[in-house]
Amino acid sequence: MNPARKRRLILVLLVLAAAAVAIGLAVFALQRNMNYLFTPSQVQSGEASAYQTFRLGGMVKAGSIQRSPDSLKVTFTVVDANGAMPVEYTGILPDLFRDNQSVIATGHMDNAHFVATEVLAKHDETYMPKELKEAMAKAHQGKQVGGGDAERGTRE
Amino acid sequence: MIPELGQLALVLALLLALAQGVLPILGAWRGNRALMALARPAAAGQAVFVGTAFMLLVWAFLQFDFSVRYVADNSNLALPWYYRIAAVWGAHEGSMLLWVAILDVWTVALIALSRSLPEPFLARVVGVLGLIAAGFLAFILFTSNPFERLLPMPADGGDLNPVLQDPGMTFHPPVIYMGYVGFSVAFAFAIAGLLGGELEQAWVRWSRPWTNVAWGFLSAGIVAGSWWAYAELGWGGWWFWDPVENASFMPWLVGAALVHAQAVTEKRGSLRAWTILLSIFAFSLSLLGTFLVRSGVLTSVHAFASDPRRGLFILCFLAVVVGGSLLLYALRAPKVAGGKPFGAVSRESAVLVGNLMLAVAAAMVLLGTLFPLVGDALDLGKVSVGPPYFGFLFTLLMLPVVVLLPFGPFLRWGGAGDTGLLRSVLLRVAVAAVAGAVVAAFLVGGQPKAIAGTAGAAWVGVGTLLYVYKRWREMPRGRRYPAEMAGMLLAHFGVGVFLVGVLLSESLSVTRDVRMAPGDEQAIGAYRFRFDGVHATRGPNWHAEQGTVTVLKDGRTVAVMHPQKRTYLRGQVQTESAIDPGVTRDLYVALGEPMDAGNLEGAWALRLYEKPFVRWIWAGGLLMMLGGFASAADRRFRARRTAGAAQPEAAPAAAIARESRA
Repeated sequence: MNPARKRRLILVLLVLAAAAVAIGLAVFALQRNMNYLFTPSQVQSGEASAYQTFRLGGMVKAGSIQRSPDSLKVTFTVVDANGAMPVEYTGILPDLFRDNQSVIATGHMDNAHFVATEVLAKHDETYMPKELKEAMAKAHQGKQVGGGDAERGTRE
Repeated sequence: MIPELGQLALVLALLLALAQGVLPILGAWRGNRALMALARPAAAGQAVFVGTAFMLLVWAFLQFDFSVRYVADNSNLALPWYYRIAAVWGAHEGSMLLWVAILDVWTVALIALSRSLPEPFLARVVGVLGLIAAGFLAFILFTSNPFERLLPMPADGGDLNPVLQDPGMTFHPPVIYMGYVGFSVAFAFAIAGLLGGELEQAWVRWSRPWTNVAWGFLSAGIVAGSWWAYAELGWGGWWFWDPVENASFMPWLVGAALVHAQAVTEKRGSLRAWTILLSIFAFSLSLLGTFLVRSGVLTSVHAFASDPRRGLFILCFLAVVVGGSLLLYALRAPKVAGGKPFGAVSRESAVLVGNLMLAVAAAMVLLGTLFPLVGDALDLGKVSVGPPYFGFLFTLLMLPVVVLLPFGPFLRWGGAGDTGLLRSVLLRVAVAAVAGAVVAAFLVGGQPKAIAGTAGAAWVGVGTLLYVYKRWREMPRGRRYPAEMAGMLLAHFGVGVFLVGVLLSESLSVTRDVRMAPGDEQAIGAYRFRFDGVHATRGPNWHAEQGTVTVLKDGRTVAVMHPQKRTYLRGQVQTESAIDPGVTRDLYVALGEPMDAGNLEGAWALRLYEKPFVRWIWAGGLLMMLGGFASAADRRFRARRTAGAAQPEAAPAAAIARESRA
């Protein structure tokens, strides 16, 4: 091999190695930070059991919001057509959080209830009914719910 | 009647845009001067009609013309006039119109200042801009018409999204669009260069200020958006790696790379093909950003279903622009490539390494942003990509950039230059970084992020100042800091300021969500926050619960803050946080919710923050913006006829060859 070719070969190998490292890191980071969305009935049927952290999506059951008298702890129930899941959260809830509002909570299961670290409420109210209908329809078919427009996400 | 006139103006603008797009390019291809000469009048006429349509939409908003669906959806009788004007770009249809209007502002500015460009090249540039305008106008007319009638006409309209009812927010979308659309000039130059098979350094020099100004605007727009997320959303964060933020950040990253690559191409002729490729990507990502945010693709995949024509049009448009220009690039780039060789250690290779990192970072953000869309389309389930993905990879990719930053200006074009000088710079910035780290460790204790931030900022800041000193010592007065260099130094210094802001505010912030009854006190850092209760107040189109929080330090009142929980006419709730700003710290209070919904005078959930150095984040961004603007003002860019452009049109290849040998 003449020196020019050798240099070029080394360069190509270096670029390939760098690309491999970059892709490897990206895939690693992506895998670690991917969150799946499940509805309560899917969680109950065990679909979410493989995931440590996931997102729970559904509607806040009317009348289920219970505040602790002396702290910021709040419990509520998230429902879809066929299931219900008690959720526990400590902190400030988003502006649009209320009965019959669809929400997405990120967190993990602790025995039979879900402990949320973050709660998002849908922002665009005009969009809600259709979104909800779809969520219900999809949950019926045993598929995952549409994520849609979370409150923190509507930055335009 | 007025809306129909607007509609008509849009149709005429579309026809003129098609003429502006097709005929001059045809003329440049066939060598027909008459067709080439059409570029200017067609563009001017198109701009007049788009401007007319835009003003008519503003008029419809000011006149409360609720027979126009878009006006009825986004304004109401109680909305103040300034927010009614802002409502023009408050939703999808109007912002598309704003986009084209700004494109026309850039086009008109370009033809007014383009006397020094050769006729065929200018014809191609204006033609490409015309094709872009035609694409957008067709999109507006066929899928997103802002002048659509609503019958019967409602007595009152809906409301402008309350999160947009904020003075800062009225300017954010136009400024961002100035940046997005500004990259269309660099894009048009790249495409025109590829079409003609040549790209003179003089033309790149001519296009540089446009790119710098566009990038400056985009920086300003992102800073405004980040500031708004901090002040308005009530979360107290400044960046969430949210898809909508990413949409504006990707073109910014590629734009930052482009600003540097263009400098290399202009001064040395090298990296020509890379500059063209970056121009294509910067604009393509701007297009993607516009569509991602406004079309509803990201907010919900169902938006495609609700109006499948919109989604389809966007996909086709993107495919034509990205696919077409990349195809053209593949066919023609070898023809325009060229330039002087450079060594492994040289200013060119430093710029190239920085460029690669920025480009890879943009690709990484793109992957993370689009992954949920792709996953959903392939029925892999509903996936979201968490912020740690972006944070981890971005930090990793920017590390080499920050490390290299101080050395860039000291390196010579083509080769390493004075290695002794480089070594002394390395020694000094390393000493500065270690000193910064020790000071930080001494002041704040073992906070690794704060230490890293101070060290990094000292590294970049001292490195930049060393170069300032070098110029001061070596150059005669008046020639020390030409605008272009001053801009570069400002922007580089801005990186250091930004590092301080990000890493110190992230590591030293004290954030607490608490339950407080009137009279309760909470200690946050060195401050005591006293909650003095909530009372009702109202504004033009909202009513609110307003809290009073008194902040004390050493028994002295530092600030009295009034966070609000607003309810707008249509029932949308919006948190207005209260902020006491400072150079070294912000105090931040947001109202959560009443603990007992029936008793507003009772206990509330409150969010209390002390955020050290958070303002430095935006100060750094603003310095980068200033850098972009300052360097665009350089006199060199405004020189009438430069040596390269004075060449006869037939001999550019020879000119390039001569430059390459030199």
